[in-house]
Amino acid sequence: MAKDLQPGDPVRVREDYPPGHIRTPVFIRGKRGVVTQVFGAFENPEITAYELTGPKKMLYAVRFRQVDIWPDYTGPTQDTVDIDIYEHWLEKAEGRAS
Amino acid sequence: MRGPHDVGGLEEGPIDTSVHTPTLWEKQIDALHNLIADDKRKIVPRGQNRRYVEALGEDVYNTLNYYERWTATMSQQLLEKGVLTRDEIDAKVREIRDRLEATGELELRAGEADKI
Repeated sequence: MAKDLQPGDPVRVREDYPPGHIRTPVFIRGKRGVVTQVFGAFENPEITAYELTGPKKMLYAVRFRQVDIWPDYTGPTQDTVDIDIYEHWLEKAEGRAS
Repeated sequence: MRGPHDVGGLEEGPIDTSVHTPTLWEKQIDALHNLIADDKRKIVPRGQNRRYVEALGEDVYNTLNYYERWTATMSQQLLEKGVLTRDEIDAKVREIRDRLEATGELELRAGEADKI
């Protein structure tokens, strides 16, 4: 759980496969990226989809390198993908942003 | 767990990029969803339909097209909320089927399902 992230912070997506309504796609779980934007705190759709209420969660834009996601990626190494991810799916990662 | 909707990175073959023009019934389903999820009515919470669609199961999910999935899950939610009963839905389906059979439209539509 990482709620005080700033743009530039290296993060890793939790590698977890729980049942239910999940907003973090499988292909990005366990991958390492860098925070590019802090959107603020929002209702957690993984809870509200069940008509439950819970604490708001920080939402971030995280940028990943395609070569870090797909083992057989043959495109340019600077290719990236941005994904919006809630704080409870992110862990702070060590070291510098790749 | 990977739901039937979460297919990023899976082998799928060529992607159909042709433009789909929304049909009348698709617009009606979209409008109905907006009505039952709007701030005034709040019959179902926004975003819940997505959870229901994901829970249709892989076979049903892959058999139905986009708005057919919505139709199935919205019926399910309206039944659960007690807004509609199964008898009411069945009666309405019978009524429409009879009307279309009487005018000969049912056969035509079955053959042109993708144009409706």
